[in-house]
Amino acid sequence: MKEIYLDNAATTPMSEAVLTEMTDKMRNVYGNASTLYGLGRESHTVLEQSRHIIAQSINATDDEIVFTSGGTEGDNTAIIQTAIARKKEGMHLITTAVEHQAVLQPMLYLESLGYEVTYLPVDATGHISLDDLKNALRDDTILVSIMSGNNEVGSVMPIHEIGELLKDHQAWFHTDAVQAYGLLDIDVQRDHIDMLSTSAHKINGPKMVGFLYKREGVNIPSLLKGGEQEEKRRAGTENVPAIAGFAKAVEEITSAEKAARQEKYAGFKQQIVEGLKANDIAFEVNGDLDRSELQHVLNIWIKGISTYVMQTNLDLAGIAISGGSACTAGSIEPSHVLTAMYGDDSPRIAESIRISFGRGTTAEEIDQLIASITAIVNRLKKRSEVK
Amino acid sequence: MIYFDNSATTMADPEVISTYDAVSKQIWGNPSSLHNFGEQAFNLLEQSRQQIADLLGVSLSEILFTSGGTEGDNWILKGTALEKRQFGNHLITTAVEHPAIHNSMEQLKDLGFEVTYLPVDEHGRINVADLKAALRPTTILVSVMAVNNEIGTIQPLKEVGDLLKDYPKVHFHVDAVQGIGKGISDLIFNDRVDFITFSGHKFHAPRGTGFIYAKRGKRIAPLLSGGGQERNLRSGTENVPAIAAMAKGLRLLLTDEDKKVAQQRAIRDHILDHVKNYPLVTLFSEENESFAPHILCFAIRGVRGETIVHAFEEQGIFISTTSACSSKKHMASSTLSAMRIPEAISTSAIRVSLDEHNTMAEADEFNAAFDKLYDQFKKLSNETAK
Repeated sequence: MKEIYLDNAATTPMSEAVLTEMTDKMRNVYGNASTLYGLGRESHTVLEQSRHIIAQSINATDDEIVFTSGGTEGDNTAIIQTAIARKKEGMHLITTAVEHQAVLQPMLYLESLGYEVTYLPVDATGHISLDDLKNALRDDTILVSIMSGNNEVGSVMPIHEIGELLKDHQAWFHTDAVQAYGLLDIDVQRDHIDMLSTSAHKINGPKMVGFLYKREGVNIPSLLKGGEQEEKRRAGTENVPAIAGFAKAVEEITSAEKAARQEKYAGFKQQIVEGLKANDIAFEVNGDLDRSELQHVLNIWIKGISTYVMQTNLDLAGIAISGGSACTAGSIEPSHVLTAMYGDDSPRIAESIRISFGRGTTAEEIDQLIASITAIVNRLKKRSEVK
Repeated sequence: MIYFDNSATTMADPEVISTYDAVSKQIWGNPSSLHNFGEQAFNLLEQSRQQIADLLGVSLSEILFTSGGTEGDNWILKGTALEKRQFGNHLITTAVEHPAIHNSMEQLKDLGFEVTYLPVDEHGRINVADLKAALRPTTILVSVMAVNNEIGTIQPLKEVGDLLKDYPKVHFHVDAVQGIGKGISDLIFNDRVDFITFSGHKFHAPRGTGFIYAKRGKRIAPLLSGGGQERNLRSGTENVPAIAAMAKGLRLLLTDEDKKVAQQRAIRDHILDHVKNYPLVTLFSEENESFAPHILCFAIRGVRGETIVHAFEEQGIFISTTSACSSKKHMASSTLSAMRIPEAISTSAIRVSLDEHNTMAEADEFNAAFDKLYDQFKKLSNETAK
């Protein structure tokens, strides 16, 4: 039986072209990019070509891209180092209640150091209100960190409007674009974004590499100190093979490809919703099906069946889905995102699953998912009737 | 082509690359996921951790994965500072550490911590009496590298460990990035050491890999927080393919370690024996066991290090000025300046760094190239003297 992978928001397999690029660079371009001689210069060239490809993908300039070890490092750096650098200008930060833990945990840490953090609420579709943001902004706000798209329910935040609102305020605007990069057209100029973090392994690139975009003039100290790599903005020998692999993954996702994926994934969502309805499954979508969201994520509440039971049964049937986000590291904790959307007494919190599509997902796999969910629900229903 | 710059980075081993390739294709799930893809990735992650722990003779729970040596050093220093700040604000290190230590310490100074940099003697070695004098009731950490990355000095870790037995609460950290696989495991893993930093790409494992050893019961605060991976101490999705490849690299490195060390030492001595006969040469590395077998550093007085590096490159031999991390700055070596070597000499220093694949034939070629280039160096040196 071929297993079906519908957990692409957790991680994605590397594309063949990316892996080939990486192993080629491991074999052939192994100099340390900081060394003086030819081998190092070659590494340096690959590094800078990759940086250019990636900068273009968000309409930034090359020197605004700093490579990192992934989304967690990008988020931690943007938040903690901004707080340290701008302490004199204020100690207030704003974020949302539904961010990834890589944003929320640094915020908690800053609170322990005496900073104040406002967590914007979300509505039942997982969106913040701009009015809430306006009301939360203060003269001493130094950073607003709001994700581009949510990893559990796919809600897309009003990034352009937030950028417009903040462009005349001292607060810098950071967005965690880990889930959105590769699906939405991101333009840091158009949207007045000051910092943006991404991760390669969510877009069929290698693990443990990402970038932090920092607008020119956004000066924060490096989180990792040491050698003078990345123009002193991030110490550590550059992971040239992984960075080249990342650039290859980015190249594979053209604007047309992004649009095509969004459309294909939206079709999968419809297919699931209609399929489950036709099979008389009692369920509801967590979020807004009619809005243009991150279409690779569908979060549904299957009434009366716990997340863990559904996940385990689907796993036995060879289908990988998730109970929410893969982090917090293997633990089964109630989703803070669903809690923020529906309150902590909603049955949705214990009875929802996240299905996330990737470039390899097919309509046949979606049919199998529908059939498996239906079979599991009916089997469990029958069992409870027997009791 | 002869690659003599293994302290900057090493070529990934073909077996390491095939492990990376195979795992990337087959076991690419997120280890935190609860489904089968995740479970396979988790199992491989823990097998790799077990393999590394077994190879080093420590326990599974004492190995934590990082993105490399820089992260490991930053984490242990800042994580100790944060964890133990109610007990004290004083840290001790040496004047010859890698920038990942030095610049982390400088950052901690900006945050109100006090740092003592121990001086070194003419061999680049600290004196344990200086350490004893520097220790205060408020000292929370002592960080001493195993092997200096610029000239190869092995630090007296055993003596440091013996002294620190009287200070059980002080974290003792060893940066072993240059020391692993070089025949000094007993020294690095002496029973007083609490934390050790390792970097994968220095031993033919992929870039962006590394791990720290953290002795059971010794606590540091996380540097990266988020999803709670690595027992809530290092967040970020684990790079399982690269970690499995790193475990493979470490196993290969430590197979026949004694033989490999002897070979590197013989090559080192063969080169040092040759170049020391030339009047313009000043040796910094020494032909004895208090220096690592794979690093040799010397100056050709009156010729800039960059010039020497390029001259050898034209002969197909890749060496470096001192460390790769500072080589672009045209700066004098920090280790040599801590040894009070005048700048006129230290800017003429070069480093040759070996690995287990280098051969005596390559050393002969290096020596022959040296003979060929020496007249040219002599001319340059005379011009400088004028």
